[in-house]
Amino acid sequence: MNARHPRATSTDNAVDAMLVGAGVPHESAALHVAGTAHYTDDIQEPHGTLHLAIGTSPIAHGRLRGVDLAAVRAAPGVVDVITAADIPGINDVGPIQHDDPVFANGVVQFVGQPVFAVAATSVNTARRAARLAIYDIEPLTPILTIEAAMAAQSFVLPPVHVTRGDAAAALARAPRRLQGTVAVGGQDHFYLEGQIALAIPVEHGGMHIHTSTQHPGEVQHMVAHVLGLAAHDVVVECRRMGGGFGGKETQMSLFACAAALIARRTGRAAKLRLDRDDDMRSTGKRHAFTYQYDVGFDAQGRILGLDLTLASRCGFSADLSGPVNDRAVFHADNTYWLPDVALHSYRCKTNTVSDTAFRGFGGPQGMFPIENIIDEVAHALGRDPLDVRHVNLYGTTTQNITPYGMPIEDNIAPALIAQLESSSRYRQRREDIAVWNDANPVIKRGIALTPVKFGISFTATHYNQAGALLHLYNDGTLLLNHGGTEMGQGLFTKVAQIVAQELGVAMDAIRVSASDTSKVPNASPTAASSGSDLNGMAARNAARTLRERLVTFAARKFDCDPQIIEFRGGIVTAGSKTLPFADLVHLAYMARVQLSATGFYATPKIHYDRKTLSGRPFFYFAYGAAVSEVAIDTLTGEHRLLAVDILHDVGTSLNPALDRGQIEGGFVQGWGWLALEELWWNDRGELKTYAPSTYKIPTAHDVPAHFRIDFFDAPNREETIYRSKAVGEPPLMLALSGFAALRDAIASTDRHRRSPRLDAPATDERILASITELRQRAISHG
Amino acid sequence: MPDHSPSTALRFLLNGEPVVVGGCSPQTTLLEYLREQRRLTGTKEGCAEGDCGACTVVLAEIAPVTGAIAWQPINACIRLLPSVAGKAVFTIESLAATDGAQHPVQQAMVACHASQCGFCTPGFTMSLFGLYKSGQKPTRAVIEDALSGNLCRCTGYRPIVEAALAMVDFPSPNGWRGAVDIEANESTLKMALAALADPQPLQFSGDGATWFAPRTVDQLAAVVAAHPAARIVAGATDVGLWVTKQHKNIGDIVYVGDVADLRRIDTSATHVELGAAVSLTAAFAALDSQWPELHEAWVRFASVPIRNSGTLGGNIANGSPIGDSMPALMALGATVILRHRDRERELPLEELYIAYQRSAMIPGEFLVRIRIPRRAPGLSLRAYKISKRFDQDISAVFVCFALTIDREITTSARIGCGGVAATPRRATATEASLAGQRWNDTNAEAAADKLSSEFAPIGDMRASAHYRRTVLGNLLRRFRLETSGAPLTTRIAQVTLAAD
Repeated sequence: MNARHPRATSTDNAVDAMLVGAGVPHESAALHVAGTAHYTDDIQEPHGTLHLAIGTSPIAHGRLRGVDLAAVRAAPGVVDVITAADIPGINDVGPIQHDDPVFANGVVQFVGQPVFAVAATSVNTARRAARLAIYDIEPLTPILTIEAAMAAQSFVLPPVHVTRGDAAAALARAPRRLQGTVAVGGQDHFYLEGQIALAIPVEHGGMHIHTSTQHPGEVQHMVAHVLGLAAHDVVVECRRMGGGFGGKETQMSLFACAAALIARRTGRAAKLRLDRDDDMRSTGKRHAFTYQYDVGFDAQGRILGLDLTLASRCGFSADLSGPVNDRAVFHADNTYWLPDVALHSYRCKTNTVSDTAFRGFGGPQGMFPIENIIDEVAHALGRDPLDVRHVNLYGTTTQNITPYGMPIEDNIAPALIAQLESSSRYRQRREDIAVWNDANPVIKRGIALTPVKFGISFTATHYNQAGALLHLYNDGTLLLNHGGTEMGQGLFTKVAQIVAQELGVAMDAIRVSASDTSKVPNASPTAASSGSDLNGMAARNAARTLRERLVTFAARKFDCDPQIIEFRGGIVTAGSKTLPFADLVHLAYMARVQLSATGFYATPKIHYDRKTLSGRPFFYFAYGAAVSEVAIDTLTGEHRLLAVDILHDVGTSLNPALDRGQIEGGFVQGWGWLALEELWWNDRGELKTYAPSTYKIPTAHDVPAHFRIDFFDAPNREETIYRSKAVGEPPLMLALSGFAALRDAIASTDRHRRSPRLDAPATDERILASITELRQRAISHG
Repeated sequence: MPDHSPSTALRFLLNGEPVVVGGCSPQTTLLEYLREQRRLTGTKEGCAEGDCGACTVVLAEIAPVTGAIAWQPINACIRLLPSVAGKAVFTIESLAATDGAQHPVQQAMVACHASQCGFCTPGFTMSLFGLYKSGQKPTRAVIEDALSGNLCRCTGYRPIVEAALAMVDFPSPNGWRGAVDIEANESTLKMALAALADPQPLQFSGDGATWFAPRTVDQLAAVVAAHPAARIVAGATDVGLWVTKQHKNIGDIVYVGDVADLRRIDTSATHVELGAAVSLTAAFAALDSQWPELHEAWVRFASVPIRNSGTLGGNIANGSPIGDSMPALMALGATVILRHRDRERELPLEELYIAYQRSAMIPGEFLVRIRIPRRAPGLSLRAYKISKRFDQDISAVFVCFALTIDREITTSARIGCGGVAATPRRATATEASLAGQRWNDTNAEAAADKLSSEFAPIGDMRASAHYRRTVLGNLLRRFRLETSGAPLTTRIAQVTLAAD
């Protein structure tokens, strides 16, 4: 067997088993199903807590001449109202650039931009009062689309160009050449728990903030500088999030600051829980992109030259758009060797909400065009797109340098794709589908295999560090803390498994505790799929420190060689002496051995030049591939995902049950992005899909019964924690196979003679339009 | 002389314990009450509009017809608290046994790794609990329907579906948190519910507004006549959003869900009659027995919790241009019975709608029941819904074709359409083009073109006007294919994989 089935294993007798690598349930699973897992809104509020609501701009772009808040202030139950003028520190929550005001000041830049906050004695009172403001805004012409921004050269950051060789010359020389454009929409995170913050004033004018965040450290710094405090005056705590997906990497800062401002002014605890509508209108989303390409290739479909423009809608401010667009450029190659290439990245400024991190962080938008291009090339040559994918794959010793100059040392894509091609019976199914399509005029089927290669590490090199704090109490139980955050991905479970493994104790000996800026300082966001890689290593280092102290103590105490001391199953063996772990700990405590340790980790090897985007931004790559099969209705454009086969690379799995969950969940979220979820703005820049009634994420019905996940059996060649690989983001991009399968089904209506034009998301309407356009092209070309 | 003075105390069972609520605003939601007044924080708010299911709780009541206990998952976020009077509410906190042992649904969810962030988990667990109590065999199709009102953004659903398939295999614990052992012996719950049953209307005031819950149609007529400005509400699956999203002050509310006669379903030799307060779940079950071709449309109508709370009368009286029941009922030739004081009148359904959100009802008039003629021989019937998502989505286009065909001649054609105009409409021009003609490809093709041009729909976030027109015609083409006897696959749902 080359692949292991990632089904969970029982943990009942995990004490004697290897804990790392077991399908241990999520550390909070029992709390989740009992309704006793506490999220920020479930924390008992201090007496007299005030509730906030925000008032937002109704205009996409305009001069904010003033806002009449008299009616808001006069509403019963209202205690305080704040605007930009009430900020004692700096009115900015921009994570990199300083262009993200807490409250609009002088100008409004998108519909939904916060202008003020009102605090009242109840949530409903505050929300009602917020609607009573009268805005005095002189409208300015908004820029709402990528096209309009490109025409106006409106950018949040300067364009970036990455080139290798001479793309123009390669294109001119190429035997075949084609050009095209394609676009992909954005995506709302739709974390089930909306943005929320509870600010509790503490002594020295400080703040204790409970919030749902992937980056407590950033909230701490933002609250500090907005309030004019130092970092040590602000504590930020988050036990768990009800989903993050990148939407809580920077977006919660504004709301935490608003709550803290009210708490500061009133001396009362203040909570801001956004209504879902406000959350969807006022927080950033995945970047939409448009692409233009010019590709030269040979008779086999080998790409010889590529000129690709990637233009993204960033919204009104930079937020994380710089690194998101950098990552798009870093993934424009996906698994393919592009000898002569020119990549042009434009970061468009628009009068829409500022787009932000979302699982994949530009990587999915980077891979989208190259997979489209491969399909176009295949159609031009009348070849199976999979054959064209094969001939373009990176080599292992030659043709293995990315456009940004990083040698790929771990290329398992060819072997992985070959294995999936066989295990999914891709060739046979393609033949079966052709037979079906010949016989069925209304319902057409399609199939595609697409690969993923995703770079692991923050491209902001300094973020690739982590800390952990491990307390060992004198009853033998452990309290674990680290800089990572839990948003459902199972990070806390994996890190606890690692600590349990290192100390030879059962999982229930370890209590994981809330992410807390007062325990681990300067923690990076839990993002870039890096949570386990970084925090797992930091926690292991802390556990090893404790272990070494206990070994030293036991060797002296029991007069044995430290080398032979074993920690296993809650029992310590020191030569002829055997005793429970808890007993050894108690003895160590009585002997005044330090039982608390910190751990630290910094990722090795990585470096790159931010100006030229060249170097080694990634420690390693995570790979995967998926085969998707779909059906479409040629009368209505309706579509259905029929089957998915995934082969994914998680290195040596830390927890196959959790890893499988990340793969499945990532795939379905990616399918939502590409096939279901449409963000729709009207011509005034108002988002009309701002609630689940109009914005449709996948439901259980949208997931096929045939949904097979296998792991590619190979350890990480880099020295990561237990040779595992990051798994949070890469599976999302496996859904590109579903989109390619839709294109394949559409192409079958024209007997695969021409390549369909299809933008994402592939709504019913877009699919029907694509079929119609293909038919019209067939008629006009004969 | 019976005492007609109304009761003023709102009584119900919460997790098995009787509770009395005094002095609440009539527009308090059940979720607000649970989270803020009872600190039962296991039930979550995800969207406050009944679309995500994080707030799912299970409502138990004695079913009007069978006398058995009906276990109904509902959305607590938009359910008005006073409307649970006399019923039993079960939240996630009630699921584990008194000794903490997990319910089989909880055991299955943990064993299948069906939670990640956990925020949606209580809602899913309660939806599955409702399914568990329904006694249905949990097949994949049944499970997908049971979960149609629950969104999960983490798992991709596979482990949740697996938990649902497996839950019946987990051992049931002894004992139940709360006062009564409901799991083992529903008679205790029945007795507790019977003890709550109140023949008197409920009426109380709070926050400057009054809640009226009459028990009889005559009482209802009197209340509506006396308080014509009061808002008539049943499941509040729309009015609930006026509270949570528009922050409206609804004022006085007349709740019709406890009017026994409005919950009747009567089938005579000539008609099926559905009381205005019959839940969508019950109404669709009744319609299925006569018109099984409509079943898929009803499965796609909102979600299980919405169908449990919402009523057919509410959908009709609300009169949304994108309501899904009306086009089908128009195609079936339904009429509505309206009452004003002590006078009833009957209108063809299509005549109820005058303009966008305007109906033919006069102030003080209310909907009593819906009357549908029984199936005619030779009826060819299909309803098609087009929306971005299969489950729980608002239609871009909904169309129902009802053709009576006698020896290849269309003797009667009724076509109901939603999403194409300011009100639900019949496609009268297309109907006329078909009536009396041969039902063949040529005439169907001409009718498809006619249907495409019969309406001038708007374009919005659900679909462009062009798509709506195109797909209307194409759905008539699909209808022709499906009724012409050709053995063609016409639906993506019919495609199966050889591999499975």
